[in-house]
Amino acid sequence: MTNKKMYLIDDLYGENIKQAPTRDGYGNGLVALGEADRNVVVLCADLTDSTRSKYFADKFPDRFIEIGVAEQNMVTVASGLAAVGKIPFVASYATFCPGRCWEQIRTTICYNDRNVKIAGAHAGISVGPDGATHQALEDIALMRALPNMVVVVPCDANEAKKATIAVGKIKKPAYVRFTREKTPLFTTEKTPFQLGKAEVYRDGKDVTIIACGSLVYQALLAAKELEKDGVEATVINCHTIKPLDGKTIMKAVRQTGAVVTVEEHQITGGLGGAVAEYLSENYPVPLKRVGVQDRFGESGAPDELLKKFGLTYTDIMESVKNALRLKNER
Amino acid sequence: MKKIKDTRKLKLIANKIRQDIIKSLTEAGSGHSAGPLGMADVLTALYFNVMEHDPKNPGWGKRDYFVLSNGHICPVLYATLANAGYFPEAELMTLRKLGSRLQGHPHRAALPGLETTSGPLGSGLSQAAGMAYGLRMDQRPNRVFCLTSDGEHNEGNIWEAVLFIAKNKLDNLTAILDRNYIQIDGNTEDVMPLDPVKEKYLAFNWNVIEIDGNNMEEILTALSPAKRLSGKPAMVIARNVPGKGVSFMENNYEWHGKPPTQEQAEIALAELEYWREKIVAGEEQ
Ligand SMILES: Cc1ncc(C[n+]2csc(CCOP(=O)(O)OP(=O)(O)O)c2C)c(N)n1
Ligand SMILES: [Mg+2]
Repeated sequence: MTNKKMYLIDDLYGENIKQAPTRDGYGNGLVALGEADRNVVVLCADLTDSTRSKYFADKFPDRFIEIGVAEQNMVTVASGLAAVGKIPFVASYATFCPGRCWEQIRTTICYNDRNVKIAGAHAGISVGPDGATHQALEDIALMRALPNMVVVVPCDANEAKKATIAVGKIKKPAYVRFTREKTPLFTTEKTPFQLGKAEVYRDGKDVTIIACGSLVYQALLAAKELEKDGVEATVINCHTIKPLDGKTIMKAVRQTGAVVTVEEHQITGGLGGAVAEYLSENYPVPLKRVGVQDRFGESGAPDELLKKFGLTYTDIMESVKNALRLKNER
Repeated sequence: MKKIKDTRKLKLIANKIRQDIIKSLTEAGSGHSAGPLGMADVLTALYFNVMEHDPKNPGWGKRDYFVLSNGHICPVLYATLANAGYFPEAELMTLRKLGSRLQGHPHRAALPGLETTSGPLGSGLSQAAGMAYGLRMDQRPNRVFCLTSDGEHNEGNIWEAVLFIAKNKLDNLTAILDRNYIQIDGNTEDVMPLDPVKEKYLAFNWNVIEIDGNNMEEILTALSPAKRLSGKPAMVIARNVPGKGVSFMENNYEWHGKPPTQEQAEIALAELEYWREKIVAGEEQ
């Protein structure tokens, strides 16, 4: 059953569900932060429009810093700005930042403990026709391995705005991941969002589906379809991958005894990796990971790619059945 | 901190810092010798004459910022900070040891007085740029100094910073190039030629000043407010002798990354003591 306390939209599975890219939430979140705090500054590396940094740049031109195509410089300049009390947000495509400037992020932001926020845009396979070079599928792993880093993957544009504002209010380095394509807007203003707190969007007793990003919606679709086959699935929106909300995950998994993780990322090192690590140490149960299977993406339309790479609700259903088979064999 | 104007006194402090570098490196049993010895005069000038700072209050809001981009030469920064009164000189003997605040490469959170964490080359100049940019946004008068090395100029991140700083006319930033012509694999001009570095910086629209980085008078002049040009960031190319003051280390890239043995340290300290007496007698330089 859909959890009413989550205030998801009424017509959750309706045909005409509104859509928006999560990057819009980044832009809107920046503007809200900029209005509230004059120390918020925004940096971008020649992708101001497509990362939605432009929303902020148009409103606060004096607090927007154009870096040009230089991602290593962007994060290190941000480190210096944070050193003198600014709250810098930097953005590029996730393949380039954090992809290209990982060591600078490690040393000058995480180890150096600088209050810098990194926005990775155009993450995931759904970037589409630009192809594999522009489809970040390893960024969660890169950021999750760093001590001191918070990692957030919002599920829709509404949550993306909340996530942007939330990371702006903590004095810690943070990475937030965004997608290019429009995806369903299924959370509302009232949907709870707290960093580090996973939310149970749907309750079931047979299997726990833990998802992040826009695939949370696919997980809900899968759960709805599974119901027809008599399978009751719990669906968790695990937007904060680090720190992982082990408590919420554990509570659900104790009830269901089987897990499927879902993300638009390599199956290693991302949400699936984090959940597998946590559960194998604390409560080992059958677990299947839906994600990209250790390969690179390619050009295509976003929906074609999601299908080809096994990231749709039918693929999730398939994995649920495999996880249940393992559970029943025990 | 009260500024020392007497150059002879400054030279004596630089000599003391060199001796402390030798002692701490010998005790550590690993670390970099040539770079730190070469930069002792520049750091002395910065911390005892040029910069506004307060060793008793490292976080003082009106301080000038010093960013060490070539973090491996931290023995000279540690010795300078200790001599300026940031921490007890005895602590220099803990360099690189378990539990020490003097990490093998400088870590900001470990030691008050450090403005950043460094060691991985190429990212300090950008951080200094961010500081200078942020300070200017708030109309704060603090200056930012960044020491960057010649080998480090192989890194693309440096040139990204050079463009950014010139574009934004960060005249509250002064970079100093540790131009000692050595890096790990050999002489810089063999590994990856950097000259004509002055012309490069001029072409990038910087205010360039070239000096003998082991000459206290030249250092003070180059870093004085009088040399600042409105609207232009400054690059002080400090040509210097790596290993300065210790004959068998001077200009030899093999001394980039090793400490002296106990025996070598004794010779080194004796040589530095000789130079100290020369300074006292007013015969040096
Ligand atoms: C990014 C990075 N790559 C490699 C190194 C290893 N390294 C340490 S010092 C150094 C040589 C740098 O040249 P320079 O600073 O001119 O050396 P020095 O003059 O002190 O001998 C290298 C390659 C490093 N610290 N950081
Ligand atoms: Mg050198």
